[in-house]
Amino acid sequence: MKTTGKVTGIVSNLVTVEVDGPVAENEICFIVLQGVRMMAEVIKVNGKYAQVQVFESTRGLRGGDTVTFEGRMLEATLGPGLLSSVYDGLQNDLTTMKSVFLRRGEYTDPLDHEKLWDFTPIASPGDKVIASDWLGEVKEGWLPHKIMVPFSFKGEYTVKSVIAAGKYNVDTTIAVLIDESGAEVPVTMTQKWPVKVAIKGYKEKPRPDRIMETGVRVIDTLNPIAEGGTGFIPGPFGCGKTVLQHAIAKQGDADVIVMAAVEIFTEFPELIDPHTGRHLMERTTIICNTSNMPVAAREASVYTAMTICEYYRAMGLKCLLLADSTSRWAQALREMSNRMEELPGADAFPVDLSAIISNFYSRAGMVILPNGKRGAVTFIGTVSPAGGNLKEPVTESTKKTARCFYALEQNRADQKRYPAVNPIDSYSKYLEYPEIIEYLNKTVEKGWVDKVLRAKNIIRRGKETQDQINILGDDGVPMSYHVTFWKSELLDFIILQQDGFDPVDSLCPMDRQRYMLDLVLDICSRDFHFDDYEKCRDYFKNLINELRQMNYSPFQSEQFLTYQSKVNQLLENHGN
Amino acid sequence: MATKAYQKIYTKLEAITKATVALHAKGVSNDELAYVGDRLAQVVRIKGDLVTMQIFAGTEGIPTDAEVTFLGEPPTLRVSDQLSGRFFNAYGQPIDGGPEIEGELREIGGPSVNPYKRRQPSQLIPTGIAGIDLNNTLVSGQKIPFFADPDQPYNQVMADVALRADVDKIILGGMGLSNDDYLFFRQSFEAAGALDKIICFINTTENPPVERLLIPDMALTAAEYFAVDKNEKVLVLLTDMTLYADALSIVSNRMDQIPSKDSMPGSLYSDLAKIYEKAVQLPTGGSITIIAVTTLNDGDITHAIPDNTGYITEGQLFLRADTDTGKVIIDPFRSLSRLKQLVQNKKTREDHSQVMNTSVRLYADAQNAKTKLENGFDLSDYDHRCLAYAKDYAVRLLSIDVNITIEEMLDTAWELFAKYFSKAETGIKQALIDKYWKD
Repeated sequence: MKTTGKVTGIVSNLVTVEVDGPVAENEICFIVLQGVRMMAEVIKVNGKYAQVQVFESTRGLRGGDTVTFEGRMLEATLGPGLLSSVYDGLQNDLTTMKSVFLRRGEYTDPLDHEKLWDFTPIASPGDKVIASDWLGEVKEGWLPHKIMVPFSFKGEYTVKSVIAAGKYNVDTTIAVLIDESGAEVPVTMTQKWPVKVAIKGYKEKPRPDRIMETGVRVIDTLNPIAEGGTGFIPGPFGCGKTVLQHAIAKQGDADVIVMAAVEIFTEFPELIDPHTGRHLMERTTIICNTSNMPVAAREASVYTAMTICEYYRAMGLKCLLLADSTSRWAQALREMSNRMEELPGADAFPVDLSAIISNFYSRAGMVILPNGKRGAVTFIGTVSPAGGNLKEPVTESTKKTARCFYALEQNRADQKRYPAVNPIDSYSKYLEYPEIIEYLNKTVEKGWVDKVLRAKNIIRRGKETQDQINILGDDGVPMSYHVTFWKSELLDFIILQQDGFDPVDSLCPMDRQRYMLDLVLDICSRDFHFDDYEKCRDYFKNLINELRQMNYSPFQSEQFLTYQSKVNQLLENHGN
Repeated sequence: MATKAYQKIYTKLEAITKATVALHAKGVSNDELAYVGDRLAQVVRIKGDLVTMQIFAGTEGIPTDAEVTFLGEPPTLRVSDQLSGRFFNAYGQPIDGGPEIEGELREIGGPSVNPYKRRQPSQLIPTGIAGIDLNNTLVSGQKIPFFADPDQPYNQVMADVALRADVDKIILGGMGLSNDDYLFFRQSFEAAGALDKIICFINTTENPPVERLLIPDMALTAAEYFAVDKNEKVLVLLTDMTLYADALSIVSNRMDQIPSKDSMPGSLYSDLAKIYEKAVQLPTGGSITIIAVTTLNDGDITHAIPDNTGYITEGQLFLRADTDTGKVIIDPFRSLSRLKQLVQNKKTREDHSQVMNTSVRLYADAQNAKTKLENGFDLSDYDHRCLAYAKDYAVRLLSIDVNITIEEMLDTAWELFAKYFSKAETGIKQALIDKYWKD
């Protein structure tokens, strides 16, 4: 028998329920308000009182209203059709909702049950299988979507039968398995999984050993993120966080992209994937969570998004999860903690904030599946630090766990030096991984990481000399200081800065990045002599201008080579 | 709001604070309205049978034996075309001496539009102000605040923007508006002959602060009626959101909630978001654009109110007095319209975004030169040119008293580039230089 209860207290989205039976932490319940069933999740139990966070507006709710508990946690429905869907945090399909306004208690099915999928069997009768083994596959867009033994299955099973190749809907039994006790278990194309629990089912989770290209120079060249790696982008508002994240979403080298966002991506469906020439939406799931949805739904959205990524990872695919912004999620935790009258930690955030964040980031990673194939979930979250101050709990907690740090800087944004990633504070721990160094040696260029470190050093020295020039004045420093400074400006303008709205410059493939870095480093390694600092400035401005025109021209095109010859001319003429 | 015959009357208050009262009552629903004496109140917390309510008009003089009656419904507004040209208080009651509104009763603060049903905003809202049109182009369906110190003329700029914008309705939500400013808006709208498309919900400094909490929801409920039901383009002006947030903190403080940053309630982000997220471009052509004012304390945008606002809204317009020219300018560094890319170079000339970025970058160089000057260093020839450019740029383009077309703004910028800089110094794409450079 299901546990039931009665509402006894209401503060905004936190409702206290007096229960008549056992309840579990994170158990889902429904509160009935004038015939409308509103979903809620247990977050605290005290004696016979359960505190639940409601995923809907609690307007009109009364003491005494009835509650039924479901005996399960918040689950995601997994199966073909997740891609190109637009969901809310509870995985309701927003596209099939009827009214213009979101209606309370309107829950829609995440998957289309009518659509027929082209099924091809992989397993054969007699095969021994365990959870997450592949039984067959369907074509979802251009991706092979594996139908797996449900993750919740424990122990070994024997395949009794697999349905023949053909067109079926998601509810069709595509295989029958026999468990260890000899009972028959049917398997369909869908399964459910509690979102707050990580999907394991892989053999091992080794260190990442290759990078995920994004086409953004300041990431790929200077601070590369690994496939299966983690990174975060903190920055004050207005520094181009969203533009940078969009660029990564559009250009990231991944099979599947899940975006958990507070913003609405109405432009997304029309965008074309630069890697395949197909609609980006075909490889994308959007979990859309506008800021005005109840805070509890905000928390659910990041977990739902991660669960979908883990599902595709188990098919041997490369997934990229972008969450914008994890601060909103942390604030949701703070609001609920506050309403539960818990003792607050720093800035009124709950004391376990750091643990919650690192636990979530740890679900990313590259894995080796039981069949030896690779799969990966790369996670990049944005953080919106209060007042742009990076010494705040969410940024600090994230810094402890994420391996890449892309600090957006107000000052650079003010100067329109986009992407406004601070080149000195930002880092990628992956540049220290021997596996990654080896990978870059092989795929980009021998000794690549040393070049990257040299570039970083040029930037750092440029900053130091700039400080000196600011203190001592243009005339108060040796000429070599000006040259050092302008070399770093050259690197800044040509490698760090990138026009995210220019059709050519916005996407810079790795071979082009290598070419440009080599070119710029070659210039930086030359000796320059000037009579006065104004000549130095003019010379480098001209150089920067021609190199910028190269960035705007298609790689190795006639136009590109023309500008390159102008650069060469400038270099040759120097000193004459 | 008619009282019902069978209503139970309570006469024993358990607790009174400056903003809230609590009493034992049964069958009360969350968010519903009540009368405490003759004052309107709203349920904010239910704990067992102890019900806490916020009293909009404040609790001064409320006795513990005040009569309390519950109305069984949340705050509502009657909507119809009769709203046009009218002035209301925070409860939606006329304050202009006109008749009561007849129309459909709608709950305020209702659900928002399904994100999937929204359309990407793509219609430019020209204002004639180059600091906005050139650098921070506005788009219908956008939500954007002015960040300004209290001494800046933000209400005037907002009135200018509203009256120049091509919209069907302008809805003003005034919170803690001084009586003078209220009359200023009224007179500007009247002088422009625009009264028939104006609707105002006004809470002045003479009214109790907690009443302000109703203003945005009232204004937006009216806006949704015209945008969703009538497919109209609606511009909502909210001033001043800082005073709205102050009212939130008063209530949360009286409810003994743990404050977060700057003594604001922990839910500040959600509270502000539920207002701003009502901005929408609908597929049917209707839209709600929100332009708000958030006053700052000495330009401090790190305070919790502007900070949370900045993360929700699609940019911000930062007003600043420019001491070099004596003009009030739209600060090109701190201002941003996140949606500008949707119209720049598409609805405007192809050189728009590059001209914008270059002119701002050169202005940044001028700021560096100024720092050098202040530190007592000699300026280079380039520095001098930058400083001269900055003055011209501030007067001819950044100042809020500019009123020209976007083409004229772009041409002015090219003129300034040619006057002070070489082609290489601008670093603009060659194709655009070839086409637009003014020799």
